[in-house]
Amino acid sequence: MSFPGYNDSVLSLLIFGPLLAAALAMFLRSDNLLRGWTLVSTSALAVFSLPLYWRFDPSTADFQFEVNLPWIPVLKIHYALGIDGISLLLVLLTTLIMPLCVLASWRYINTRVKEFMICLLIMESAMVGVFCALDFILFFVFWEAMLIPMALLIGIWGGPRKVYAALKFFIYTMAGSVFLLVAIIALFIKVGSFSIPEIMGHSQSFSLNFQRWIFLAFFISFAIKVPMFPFHTWLPAAHVEAPTAGSVLLASILLKMGTYGFLRFSLPMTPDATLFFTPYILWLSVAAILYGGLTALAQTDLKKLVAYSSVAHMGFATLGIFALNKAGLEGAVLVMINHGITTGALFIVVGIIYERLHTRELAQTAGMGKHMPVFATFAGVFALSSLAFPGTNSFIGEFLVLAGGFEVSRSLMIFVVPGVVLAAAYMLRMLQKIAYGGTANPDHSRVPDLGLREIVTLAPLLVFVFWIGLHPEPFTRVMHASVQNVIQQTQGRAAPAAPAVAVLP
Amino acid sequence: MLCDSMTPFKLMAFLPELVILAGALVLFVISLGHEQGGRARLAAFVTALATLAASLACLGQEATLFDGAYRVDLFSQLLKLAFAGGFALILLVSGGLPDIRNDVKPEYYLLLTISVSGLMMLVSSVDLITLVVALEVSAFPLYLMVPMRRERNGQRVQMESAIKYIMFGVAANGVMFFGMSYLFGLTGTTVLPEMLTRLEPVSGSPLAIAGLALTFCGLYYKLAVFPFHFWTPDVYEGASNETASLVASLPKIGAVAVLVRFVSLAAPDNRTVVLLLTLLAIGSMFYGNLIALMQKDFKRLLGFSGIAHAGYALVGFVALDQAGFAAALYYIIGYLLMVLACFVVICKVSRDGVNVAIEDLAGLHRRAPLLAVTLAVGVFALAGIPPFVGFMGKLTLLSAALAKGHLALVIITMINAAIAVYYYLCVVREAWFRDPGALPPIRLDWPARAACLLLITGILALGVAPARVLQSLSTSVAKAQLGAPGTVLADTNPGEGSAPQPVGSALAP
Repeated sequence: MSFPGYNDSVLSLLIFGPLLAAALAMFLRSDNLLRGWTLVSTSALAVFSLPLYWRFDPSTADFQFEVNLPWIPVLKIHYALGIDGISLLLVLLTTLIMPLCVLASWRYINTRVKEFMICLLIMESAMVGVFCALDFILFFVFWEAMLIPMALLIGIWGGPRKVYAALKFFIYTMAGSVFLLVAIIALFIKVGSFSIPEIMGHSQSFSLNFQRWIFLAFFISFAIKVPMFPFHTWLPAAHVEAPTAGSVLLASILLKMGTYGFLRFSLPMTPDATLFFTPYILWLSVAAILYGGLTALAQTDLKKLVAYSSVAHMGFATLGIFALNKAGLEGAVLVMINHGITTGALFIVVGIIYERLHTRELAQTAGMGKHMPVFATFAGVFALSSLAFPGTNSFIGEFLVLAGGFEVSRSLMIFVVPGVVLAAAYMLRMLQKIAYGGTANPDHSRVPDLGLREIVTLAPLLVFVFWIGLHPEPFTRVMHASVQNVIQQTQGRAAPAAPAVAVLP
Repeated sequence: MLCDSMTPFKLMAFLPELVILAGALVLFVISLGHEQGGRARLAAFVTALATLAASLACLGQEATLFDGAYRVDLFSQLLKLAFAGGFALILLVSGGLPDIRNDVKPEYYLLLTISVSGLMMLVSSVDLITLVVALEVSAFPLYLMVPMRRERNGQRVQMESAIKYIMFGVAANGVMFFGMSYLFGLTGTTVLPEMLTRLEPVSGSPLAIAGLALTFCGLYYKLAVFPFHFWTPDVYEGASNETASLVASLPKIGAVAVLVRFVSLAAPDNRTVVLLLTLLAIGSMFYGNLIALMQKDFKRLLGFSGIAHAGYALVGFVALDQAGFAAALYYIIGYLLMVLACFVVICKVSRDGVNVAIEDLAGLHRRAPLLAVTLAVGVFALAGIPPFVGFMGKLTLLSAALAKGHLALVIITMINAAIAVYYYLCVVREAWFRDPGALPPIRLDWPARAACLLLITGILALGVAPARVLQSLSTSVAKAQLGAPGTVLADTNPGEGSAPQPVGSALAP
C-alpha cells in the first residue's frame, strides 16, 4: 500500500475513519448488514494501519507520522498526533483486535445491534486517539470520551448486574481523571504549552516537590485505569458484566492505557518523583501479582477468574515499567501486548462457552473438551500462554520483566516467584476443568464445536501467541530506541555522569 | 466625534431591541383577543427569529447611546445574539405550553418576550439606573409567569413558588440597591466607566468593598449562588416545565454579563473580593452537588445542579482577569445549551405537564431515542465530559483560576465535578439502562425534534470547535471591561488591555 500522503494522514484517518463508519451505520437498517458493515470497516482500518509498521523508522525515538495543526489557538491547544515505538504496537493492537470484537459479538448481541456497533466504532476512534495524541488536552478528550461508549456497552448489553458495573466503572475512572486534568493544567501553567514532547523537554526545570504532586495526580488516574492493586475493585465487576466484546476491549486496550500513561507521562515528565516513588510502586506491583493470583485461584466464575488474572498480569507490567531498566521496560511493553492478545482471547473463549451453556460457572463447564476438541485446543493454548509457558508470547514478556526486576532487587523478586506459580495453578485448574472435568461432568454431548466464524476469530490471536513466543524480534525491534529514550529521560538525571549523555542529539 | 452621520448607525445599534419590542407590542395586541394561544405562539416565534437575525446583522455595531447610559459593543452584541438564540430555543422547547391556562397563553408569550427584551437591554446598560430598570424589566415578567401554571387537583405549589421567587427577588434587589447607594456615595456618579476610575483610588476601603459585595448580591440571586439560592429548587418545581426552562437559563447569562461589568470595578488585586468570590464558589459547588445527590425530582435535581454550576462560573471570576471573565461567559453560554437539552426532555417526557421524577425517564432510549440521546449529551456535558462544551468550559475556567494561583479552589472544583458525576449518571441510568416497563412511547413533533438536534449540535460544536467563540468572547470582554470614559469607541485593539498573566496573554489574540 503506497499512496502519497499516507504518512501525514494515516493517524487522522485511523481516528476519524471509525467515526465516519459509525455515522454511516446510523442509516443501515438490517442487523446483519450492520454487523457486516462494522466488520468490513474495522477490517479495512486494520489493513490500512499495517503499513505503519513498515514505514516506521525503528532507529529513532522521535515521534513519527506527526500531524500538528492548531485546534483552539486561544488556549494554545493543538491537534497534534504522532507515535513512537511504544504507541506503534498499541495502535496496531487496537486496530487489529477490533474486527475480532465484531466477530465475537456476531451472535452474542441480538438486541439493538445498531447502537452496539456504533459504540464499538466510537470506542475504536477514542482508543486510537489516546495512543496517538501528542497534545495533552487532545489526549484527555480521547481518554474521557471513551468512558461514555464503554459504560453504555456494559450498561445496556451487559449481564445481570450491568447497571452497577457500568456506574462503578464510570465513577472510578472519572474520579481518577479529575486529578489528571488538574495536573495537566498545572503543567500547562508551568511550561506554557499542552504539547507532550515540549513538556517532556522541560522536565528538568521542575522542582522535586512539584514533580511529586504531579506524579501523584498522574498515579491516581493511571493506577485506577491499570488497575493497580488497591484501585482494582471496579475491574472484576466491569469484566464480569460486560458483553464479550466489551470485556475484550477492556482487557486488551483500556487497561493498557494506564501503563501507557506511566510510560508516556509519569516517567519522562516527573523523573525525580518517579525515582522517589519507585520502591512503593514496585511493592504495589508485587502485591497485585500475588493478590490477583490468589483471588483468581478462588474463583468459580470463569470471567472473574480471567479478570483477576488480569490484575496479576498488569502487576507484571507495572513491575517492569518501574524497574526502570531496558529489560524491564521492554518486558513491560511486551506484557502489555501479550496480555492484550492472550486475555482478549480468553475472554472470547469464555464468551463462546457462555453462548453455548448460558453459564460461566466452572463446575457447569466441566468436561466440555471431550465434545469440543477444536475449542479445547484453542482454550489450552491460550491458558498456557496466560501462565507464561515457554514458547508462548507471555513467557518472553514476563521473563524480561523478571530479568529487569532482578537487576533492581532480589528480595523483591523472591516474592514474585510465587505469583508465577499461582498463575500456573489457576490457569491449569481452569483448563483441567474445561477440558477434562471429573467423573460427574454435566452432559455436553449436544454442544456444538466451534464454527468457522469462531475459528476465524481466535486463529489470528493463536498465530500471535506463537509468533511472539518463538520470534519476538520483530516486535521488540521497533521499541528499542523509544524504550532507551524513556530510560534516558528518567535515569539521565539520576546518575551524575549522565547529563553528558542526555544532551546528545 | 458624534456627528449627524452617526444617526443611522445608532438605529442599527439599537435594532435588536427595537425588533423584540415591536414583537412585544404585536403580542400585546394579540393578547387583547380571546383564546389566541396559537397565534401568539407564532408571533413570538417570528419575533425570536427576527431578533436573532437583527442581532446577527448588528454584531459588529459599536455605539454609546442615551447620554452614555447605554453601550453597544461586541460584548453586548454577542450576548444579545445568545439571548435571541436562547429565546428561539426556549420557544421550541416549550411547544404548545401544555401546562399554562388557555386564557393566559398570549399573555405568557408577551411576558416571555418582555423578559428577554429586558435581558437584552441589561447587557448594554452601563449606568446604574438603566441597569436596574433593565434588570427589573427582565425579572418582573418571570414573577408573573411562575404562577401562570394550571391548577389541578391539589396542585397550588406554583403560588407558593411565585411568592418565594418574588420575595427573595425583592429582598435581593433591596440589598443590591443598598450596595449601589454606597458606590454612588463614594463616587458621585451612576455611570459605570466613570465609577471605575473614581473608585480606583479608594477600592481598598471597607466602604467600597461593602458596596461592591452588597451590589453583587442581586446578581448572585439571579445566578442562584449559595446562599442566595433558596428560591431555586422550589421555583423550578413549582413553575411549569416551560417556565422553569426559562428561569434556569437566560437570566443566568444576564447575571454573569452584568457581573463581568461590575467585577471590573474591583481592582485586579482586590484580595477581599477574591476571598469572597472564592468562598461563595466553594459553598455553591458543595451545597449544590451534595444536595443534588439526594433528589428524586428531575427539575429539583437540575435546580441544585444549577447552584453548583453557578459556583463553577464564579471560579472564573475569582481570577479577576480577562481570561477568567471570558471563561465564565463561555461556560454560562454553554450551560444555557446543556440545561435546555435537559429541559426539552422534561417538557416532552412530562405527561400533561406534570413534574418529571427521575424514575419517569426509565427506558427513554426505547420510548424516544432522540430524546434519550439529547438527555445523554446534555447530562454528560453538565458532568464535564469531553468532547462536550461542559468540559471545554471547565478547562477554560480552571486554567484561568490556576494561572492566578488558586490551586486549592481548582482542586475543590474538580472534586465537585467528580461528586456531580454520580447524580448525572443516575439520570443516564434511568434513561439508558432501565426497561421502560409500562411507560408509553413518546411522539415528538417537529419543533421538539428541531430543538433536540440544534441543542446536540450546539453542545458538540461549542465543545469541539470553541476557538472562534472563545476568541470573540475574550476580545469582547477586553473591550467591555476596561471602559474608561472617552475610550469607549476609540479603543479597537483588543490585545491592549490584557494583563501580563500567562493565560491572560494566551487568551489575547
